[in-house]
Amino acid sequence: MEFETVRIVTGNDLATGDVTWWTGRGWSRHIADAVDAGAEAEAVAAREEAARHVNVPYVIEAKATPDGPRPAHIKDRIRAYGPTVRPDLSIAPADEGAAERVL
Amino acid sequence: MYKYDEYDQSIVEARVEEFREQAERRLSGELSEDQFKPLRLMNGLYLQLHAYMLRIAIPYGTLSSRQMRMLAHIARKYDRDYGHFTTRQNLQYNWIKLEDAADILAELATVEMHAIQTSGNCIRNISSDQFAGAAADEVTDPRPWAELLRQWSTFHPEFTYLPRKFKIAVIASEEDRAAVKLHDIGLQIRRNEAGEVGFRVFVGGGMGRTPMIAPLIRDFLPKEDFLSYMEACLRVYNRYGRRDNMYKARIKILIHELGADEYRRQVEEEFLHVKTLGLDPPAGEFERIAAFFAPPAYETGLPDEIDLSDPDFASWVEQNVHAHKQPGHAIVTISLKPVGGIPGDASSAQMDLMADLAEQYSFDELRVTHAQNIVLPHVAKRDLHTIWKKLDAAGLATPNLDLVSDIIACPGLDYCSLANARSIPVAQKIAQRFASLDRQRDLGEVKLKISGCINACGHHHAGHIGILGVDRKGEENYQLSFGGSGAEDTSIAKIIGPGFSEDGVVDAVEKALETYRELRTEGERFLDTYRRVGLAPFKEAIYG
Ligand code: SF4
Repeated sequence: MEFETVRIVTGNDLATGDVTWWTGRGWSRHIADAVDAGAEAEAVAAREEAARHVNVPYVIEAKATPDGPRPAHIKDRIRAYGPTVRPDLSIAPADEGAAERVL
Repeated sequence: MYKYDEYDQSIVEARVEEFREQAERRLSGELSEDQFKPLRLMNGLYLQLHAYMLRIAIPYGTLSSRQMRMLAHIARKYDRDYGHFTTRQNLQYNWIKLEDAADILAELATVEMHAIQTSGNCIRNISSDQFAGAAADEVTDPRPWAELLRQWSTFHPEFTYLPRKFKIAVIASEEDRAAVKLHDIGLQIRRNEAGEVGFRVFVGGGMGRTPMIAPLIRDFLPKEDFLSYMEACLRVYNRYGRRDNMYKARIKILIHELGADEYRRQVEEEFLHVKTLGLDPPAGEFERIAAFFAPPAYETGLPDEIDLSDPDFASWVEQNVHAHKQPGHAIVTISLKPVGGIPGDASSAQMDLMADLAEQYSFDELRVTHAQNIVLPHVAKRDLHTIWKKLDAAGLATPNLDLVSDIIACPGLDYCSLANARSIPVAQKIAQRFASLDRQRDLGEVKLKISGCINACGHHHAGHIGILGVDRKGEENYQLSFGGSGAEDTSIAKIIGPGFSEDGVVDAVEKALETYRELRTEGERFLDTYRRVGLAPFKEAIYG
């Protein structure tokens, strides 16, 4: 099934370095909270970086699946999840199949 | 081991406080990331895929128990209870918070450690032979010279903004355990016919995008001229190295373009000038440094025999224990490559245990190897069995040194923001495929090295079998190469053909090693057979 392509904004938290996603109002550690920023995405990234709310933000494309956005590139899927070789340190340590779904 | 004097200690402490202020200014919003990035990189703080990563310098790979315990403490208190030992004999933490970074550096400074020279276009942390001071085959301990280089290079004002990063390795034996010809400068200490100690100087090697073996620039450099000559080598590079193109900025490209003879001529000319500046330390200063590396007070009269009646212990001794220059002693290598584990990772508890063992049995010393293992350099043979039992209980007694499962793997796409593909899962699958120790031992020495991108931190160019992760239309893909070596017979591996999927490359490695088994003659390693018969039979087996 073909899902809609959305444009989401991601970066790292300035103080902790955690991967974060733009939710429309702020930043979340969970990609499921990310919203389609559409044509505004670059402006959001620039504004939030200037306000020091996020470190090195950038815009990526993702598929809007029922489980939330799925980034087009594996690098961002791994960023969203955590290291595939340490599921215990991932964002979903209790979800056994999560690492496989990243790939 | 070297002990900081007041100058060493005060410059490290001053650097911590300087960085603390810089980090506070970044956190308060006063500095932008563009302004802060070069400052944090000068203190080893990178931003990686999931968090900040902090790389700690371990000069020439030598650590005391106290320092190893501090690494464990930091992993426990500020990170996620583990650290990653790297191919440059350093340690990386993967989950550091910017708000903690200055506190971590302050804690490190209390045990004479720091993160200086672990990033940026400076002379990086000096690397050396992990068996230095213990190896039966060394001319002298190379570490006093590495320490002299550390003191000379730290905050060297002229070489803080080189065209590109600069890596130096020093060894003192014919067997090369530090891949010196694959460094920007590789130094081999040796004796000339008159019995004097000096250096063989190789310049312009490296891996990365354009792998090159360093040509010999000086066959015998008298030790009295050491620093002046190093200064001259760097000056010529600093002056003429390409700053217009970062892919051509390493010294290997300069020397390749100039030719070794012309580079040598320029260095010799510069050296004549530098030599007049009085840079080389007086003999007394070198002796002061060398005294820190005096051999420990070995017990004498110890037995050389080892009771090998326990077969598991015997396998470990055969694989992971090396000859020591002192009778009754041995060098132990602790494998950080359990089957299915992550190459180079150690938990805080494992680090503490290794520190305890070093304190109790190895004169308080540990070493980090470029193959991402840990060494206890000075162990009495009578203690080997006790040490093995303690290591075994902590999952640290895998008897696989230099076998196919002793894989070098960079962090790859699981952690590294520059990666194209994951390295660690490939290492894990290969180790699992060859999990049987009997099978590994039958295959003998196989140096398998995996990098997640062309930067080659996993040394794939120097692997008997090298694997490089590439991005093929958004999919992970793996190029296989054969015939590399980072030892004294240095060579660069050649790509064998089209790339593979993750599972495909594991199958291809297995086919290559089975082909080797069929073709080998008595005593040949995989590398020897490959060099003798060439690629064709391997290619036939793999691609059919
Ligand atoms: S080789 Fe590439 S992927 Fe691996 S650690 Fe180095 S930069 Fe990262």
